[in-house]
Amino acid sequence: MDLVLVHLFPDLLNLYGDRGNLVTLRERARRRGIHVVVKEVRLEDDLPADGDLYVLGGGEDRQQALVARALQQHAGTLRAAVAGGAVVLAVCGGYQLLGHGYRAAEGQQLPGLGLLDVTTEHPGHRARRLVGNVVARCTLPGVGSLVGFENHGGRTRLGPGVQPLARVRVGFGNNGHDGTEGAWCGTVFGTYLHGPVLPKNPRLADHLLTLALRRRHGDVRLQPLDDRWEEAAHLAAAARAGLRLRR
Amino acid sequence: MIHAVSALRLAGAVAAAKAVAGATRVLRLGGGTVLPGRVARWLFPRVLEELTGALDPVVVVSGTNGKTTTARLVARALEVAGLKTVSNRAGANLQAGLVASVALASDLCGRPRAQAAVFEVDEATLPAVLPVLRPRVLVLTNLFRDQLDRYAEVERVAEGWRRAFARLGPTAVVCYNADDPQVADVARLAPAGLPFGIEDVSAGQGALEEAADVRFCYRCGVAYRYSVVFLSHAGHYACPVCGWSRPAPCVRAETVRLVGTSGAEVLLRWDGEGFVVRSGLPGLYNVYNLVASAAACRALGLPADVWRRAAESVRPAFGRGERLTWNGVALRILLVKNPAGFNEVLRLVVSEQPRSLLLAINDRTADGRDVSWLWDVDFERLQGLEAHVTVSGLRAEDMALRLKYAGWPEDRTTVERDLARALRRARDRTPAGGALFCLPTYTAMLELRRVLFRWGVVAPFWED
Repeated sequence: MDLVLVHLFPDLLNLYGDRGNLVTLRERARRRGIHVVVKEVRLEDDLPADGDLYVLGGGEDRQQALVARALQQHAGTLRAAVAGGAVVLAVCGGYQLLGHGYRAAEGQQLPGLGLLDVTTEHPGHRARRLVGNVVARCTLPGVGSLVGFENHGGRTRLGPGVQPLARVRVGFGNNGHDGTEGAWCGTVFGTYLHGPVLPKNPRLADHLLTLALRRRHGDVRLQPLDDRWEEAAHLAAAARAGLRLRR
Repeated sequence: MIHAVSALRLAGAVAAAKAVAGATRVLRLGGGTVLPGRVARWLFPRVLEELTGALDPVVVVSGTNGKTTTARLVARALEVAGLKTVSNRAGANLQAGLVASVALASDLCGRPRAQAAVFEVDEATLPAVLPVLRPRVLVLTNLFRDQLDRYAEVERVAEGWRRAFARLGPTAVVCYNADDPQVADVARLAPAGLPFGIEDVSAGQGALEEAADVRFCYRCGVAYRYSVVFLSHAGHYACPVCGWSRPAPCVRAETVRLVGTSGAEVLLRWDGEGFVVRSGLPGLYNVYNLVASAAACRALGLPADVWRRAAESVRPAFGRGERLTWNGVALRILLVKNPAGFNEVLRLVVSEQPRSLLLAINDRTADGRDVSWLWDVDFERLQGLEAHVTVSGLRAEDMALRLKYAGWPEDRTTVERDLARALRRARDRTPAGGALFCLPTYTAMLELRRVLFRWGVVAPFWED
């Protein structure tokens, strides 16, 4: 079995240890004997159409503006890949760009890809940034709790076309008001959680891997791994956020 | 009349600061490096301006990494030149820490018992204190990713610096790291700049590290081309579009020879003069600190020989590679604060081939509450090392997981949250006469210091 991972703009969107998500997906696939090909896409490159799983990280405002422009050129390819069952995971700045658009702090409007029915606005640098540890209950079956750290100025509102990825127990989530964190629709997932998100949430990582493998390899079921350290880190992170979890 | 009132308030603020510092010491509440300053500022908000008004020269050092060591080097040079110098030690580099350091070094009328001052200032605090301190020389070391939960973005810190230059005095000199493209770009707005850097390309490495954050021209948004990278994004670079490139440094390390954790030998060029300095400060990051301090001394008009004597006499401070001996084991403690610094420390540690390592990761405010940065550190570099790693601190589990995904074997990792116990277990893994390398984050380092003080290995912090 093989898997094609596409890492979009690793040199621009890599602010919060984002490569941890890539490493986690790659290693968890390899440990199950799956052959993994990682393709890195930079500003001047074409977007590979054959990806099973596309990953976008977060970046500073300036990097995000550069990426927003480049992403528009890849919109067609990415939409076609998603229509063909490919999985997309986007974190923070990348998540904002998967939506309809992002209005930056200075009022500048960045176009989004419209892959998720969400809109994001930055209320300006005077508004408080949403920063801190997060514990949330994931809406995906079998995933349970999610832990991570959020740090964003933008407030994201969900439209009727998406589900929240999780319900916040500790932290702010999408906008600090409605208790939602992240969004998903079909095989497209967005979240504000870094930490990075996948190492300490191995069940979410496996959920994404399973979906991505099913695109070409039928009804795949992943064999369980020894996740003692992953679970220990998950529980420790929840405890630092003030919650004693049981898994 | 107004003057008399201020004098009275100043005297009151200084007296209060001294009383608070005395009390914290007697009660063993800690180093007393911040609280006295808070009290003095509360009593008299203009206390810092009043206390530092008569000091000349005032040197301010800011940047992500290297502040403490660079400031110590410059202060030592001023002392060698015969100027009594006050400085804020122990990393108390926010406003309250600055106030405390000067208040405690002043008499009760608020007259400093020193002529000169060297302050290390937190990079985000710099814009607020520049108009107050009115430094003759400002040293900018570098801008790396650090504590993003507090500073939000590196770019925001750089913007603050750009605005702060407008408040510098007309004769102030900005000594800046020419090898750091973001710092050099910021310095374009400085009234008078004095660039420093490393020339020796043999000290460089190949690819940019994962943690390197500024690789795009501020003006063109295009990736810089590097001919050599020294650490993180510091190196020799040029923008392929607008052609802007690394400014030629006036003070530079022509050749660099690193001697493991024992120090470095640097051929320094300063105007036409070239001379060799043998420093006990290890690692390439300390070469940058040496060159930065040399640039500051040149800007101050000190003779090159004064700087050299100072540089050769400065030993590593606690947590910066200081050598300790404990129960027949050599203890080396190296503070880790951010990916750029951690990568350099790992490079240094691996070159010594130790058998035992202790990594202590906390996530308190002073450490950065977000531990994501551990994933930007190249722990893959540890592969091939015949060592056992003990992980500790509030985020020990995060560290252990990071090691697992860096390919480090689980059976050579021990998780022990309690730092005192972790230290003992790591020592038990160290062969007699061998070295134990401890890599703590900031508050873990303070905790380590307390443990070692309790065991009689080191003196308390404030006696530094």
